[in-house]
This record gives sequence, C-alpha cells and structure tokens, in this order.
Amino acid sequence: MIDGLRRLGRSTLFWLNRLGRATLFLLRLLSALPTLAKRPGLAIRQLYSVGVLSLPIIAMSGLFVGMVLGLQGYANLVDFGATSSLGRVVALSLARELGPVLAALLYAARAGSALTAEIGLMKATEQLSAMQMMAVDPFARVYAPRFVAGIIAMPLLAGIFTAVGILGGYFVAVQQLGVDSGAFWSQMQSTVKLFDDVINGVVIKSVVFGWVANWIAVFEGYDAIPTSEGISLATTRTVVNTSLVVLAVDFVLTALFFGV
Amino acid sequence: MGAFKKMELAVGVFVALGLAAFFMLAMKVSNIAELGEDKGYKVTARFENIGGLKVRAPVTLAGVRIGRVVGIGLDTHTYEAVVTLSIEPRYDRLPTDSSASILTSGVLGEQYVGLEPGGMDEYLKNGGALKLTQSALVLEKLIGHMLTNAVSGDNPPAKTP
Repeated sequence: MIDGLRRLGRSTLFWLNRLGRATLFLLRLLSALPTLAKRPGLAIRQLYSVGVLSLPIIAMSGLFVGMVLGLQGYANLVDFGATSSLGRVVALSLARELGPVLAALLYAARAGSALTAEIGLMKATEQLSAMQMMAVDPFARVYAPRFVAGIIAMPLLAGIFTAVGILGGYFVAVQQLGVDSGAFWSQMQSTVKLFDDVINGVVIKSVVFGWVANWIAVFEGYDAIPTSEGISLATTRTVVNTSLVVLAVDFVLTALFFGV
Repeated sequence: MGAFKKMELAVGVFVALGLAAFFMLAMKVSNIAELGEDKGYKVTARFENIGGLKVRAPVTLAGVRIGRVVGIGLDTHTYEAVVTLSIEPRYDRLPTDSSASILTSGVLGEQYVGLEPGGMDEYLKNGGALKLTQSALVLEKLIGHMLTNAVSGDNPPAKTP
C-alpha cells in the first residue's frame, strides 16, 4: 500500500520533472532563433529531410484517404439521393479534421522518430559535447534548425494532404461513381469557407501540431539516455506522445473553432 | 550541380507544391470568389415565417441563381421577418410585382428564395421591396393541418341501428 503510493509519487515527480525540463528546453530553443536567422541554410537542409522526404507518404496517404471518403460518402448518401453533397462531405472532413490530424500523425512516425533517433545518436557518440568544446552552441546549430524546419513543413504537408485528398475523392466520385462534376465542386464551394475551414482548419491546426510534434521529437532526442536502448525508448516515446498530444490538442482546437 | 544546390531545388519544389495546394484550397475549394465586395442591388422582402433560411442562401429565378440573401432581420412592429436580398446588377429588369417564396431544394437540401417575375413595366431598384411573398413550409404545421383534416374528414356520422 505504502509502496504503491510511493511509486505513484515517484512517477508523478518524474513526469513533472520532464515537463519542466521540456519547458526550459523550449525557452532555450526560442532564444536560439535569432542566431538561426543569420544562417537560414541550416534550416533548409532540415526542411529537405523532414519535408521533401515526407512528401511521398503524405501524398499517397492523402490520395487514399480521399478515395475512401469518396466511396464511403457515396455509399451512405446514395440512400438519400444526396450524392451531390459528396463534394462538401469530402472537403469538409479533410479540411477540418483528417488533413491536419493524419498529416501530423504520419509526420510523427516518418520525421519525428527520425529526428529523435538522429539527435539521440549524436548525443550517444558525444558529437554534441564535441560541439560545445568548440564553443558551438548545439541549440543554434542542431536543435533550433530542426524545430523551425518542422514547423514550416507541417502546414505545407497538411495542405498537400488535403488538396490531394480532395482530388482523390473527386476521382472516385466523378470518374468512377458518376457523381455530377459541377455539383461536386459547387456544393463544396458553397459550404467550405476560406477563414473558417481552410485557415482555421488546415493552417492554424497544422502549425500548432507542427509545434507540438517537433518540440516533442527534438526534446526526446535531447533528453534520451545515450545508449542504444535509451535511444530506442526515446524514439518510441516520440511517436506515442506526439500521437496522443496531437489528438488531444485537436479536440481542444475543434472545440474552439467549430464548437458552438 | 552541387549536392546542396540540388537539395535547395528540392526544398523549393516542396514549398511551391505546398503553396499550390493552399492556392487550390483557397480558389477551387472554398468560396473566396464570393468574398469580394457586394456589387448587387438590395431588395427587401417580408415573410411571416422564413423556416430555416440562412444568410448567404441563394436567390433564384427560373432555377438560375441571380443573387443571395445578405441579411435577415425582424420587424418588431409587425413581427415579420425582413429578408434582404442582394441581386446581381446584370439582372436589373425584375418587375416590381414579382413574388418571392422560400423553397427547399430536394428533401434534405438547403432553403433558398425563389422569385417569380410579375408583369409590371417598372423594374425593381436598390432599396425596393417585394410585396408578394410566400412563407416557408413548416413541416410540423403541415402535418398538424393534415391530421386535423383527416380526423374531421374521416369521422363518419353515427349510424342508427
């Protein structure tokens, strides 16, 4: 009994401790941004590895998700003779929820885990200590470029996911199932609002998700125990924690933007 | 071409693709084209009941969209709904005795304002009003009406043995 309570207290303190360290880490990360502004090339290199290399999986997933939405929406709407609303169903579900959320989950699995493993390995092989020996600040040289590149990449990836998804839905609905092309687009255009759905839904959500996903990924690498086991644990934690936090934050943002 | 230059090119393509996706979302998917200033002339119509009519709902004539609803208010003296319609300037030859009714597109569709042209020689101008209106059909009232009719109609006179 006493032992159980003690264990509970220990794990609470452990998580609070990590949360505090993560916050201090974020503050140091933000204070390194002015130094990064002088060398934007560092962030471009990272934008290549987190953005360009994530593009195939994002585009493919978006295409399939859009095609599934088209098929499912058609199968359900055809009973009511409302297949002309298919465009709005596909576009609204992608822009408000599926685009940013699925892009963030895929990003965590594809790029976040790689970030954590890379930084963890740099720590294990003492590259970071070597940098500090040479008076190079790892915050400006290693962490901040990755963090910033991820935040830039995330909304672009979510936008591509959403756009490709809508094209996938269009392909299934119009080319395969014979929904009228004009109705598909006009129903979509009359319902989807630029500020409410595209800006709030896709852009703001994915910037917040990008911030969360990259903060977690870079911090887990920074905080990893520098052994092979520690790095594998940190990589797992990145994917698990990012997914949970993204879904929880998505609920809060949806309640803020689309709740009554 | 150096490795870094190739990478820069790839990043450039990536950013351009992302921006193109947003451009498509803005232009093709959302209704940015209608965000522009409203050039139409305004006409008001008074209804007893507007049902589920919403601002931005289409205004049609013969099924062709000629404008949209820009405002819905309540006249506190007559307790009528005052609906402001904005009609595109190129449709400036609507007779003053045209009538407006609130219709529903399909069973589950949204409600819109349908206009029926009248026969007068004078045309509606900015600030004009449509006098002849027909309110939205409220399903509950309709069913209630039908039930009352059915009950009173189906009551056979008591038979004498």
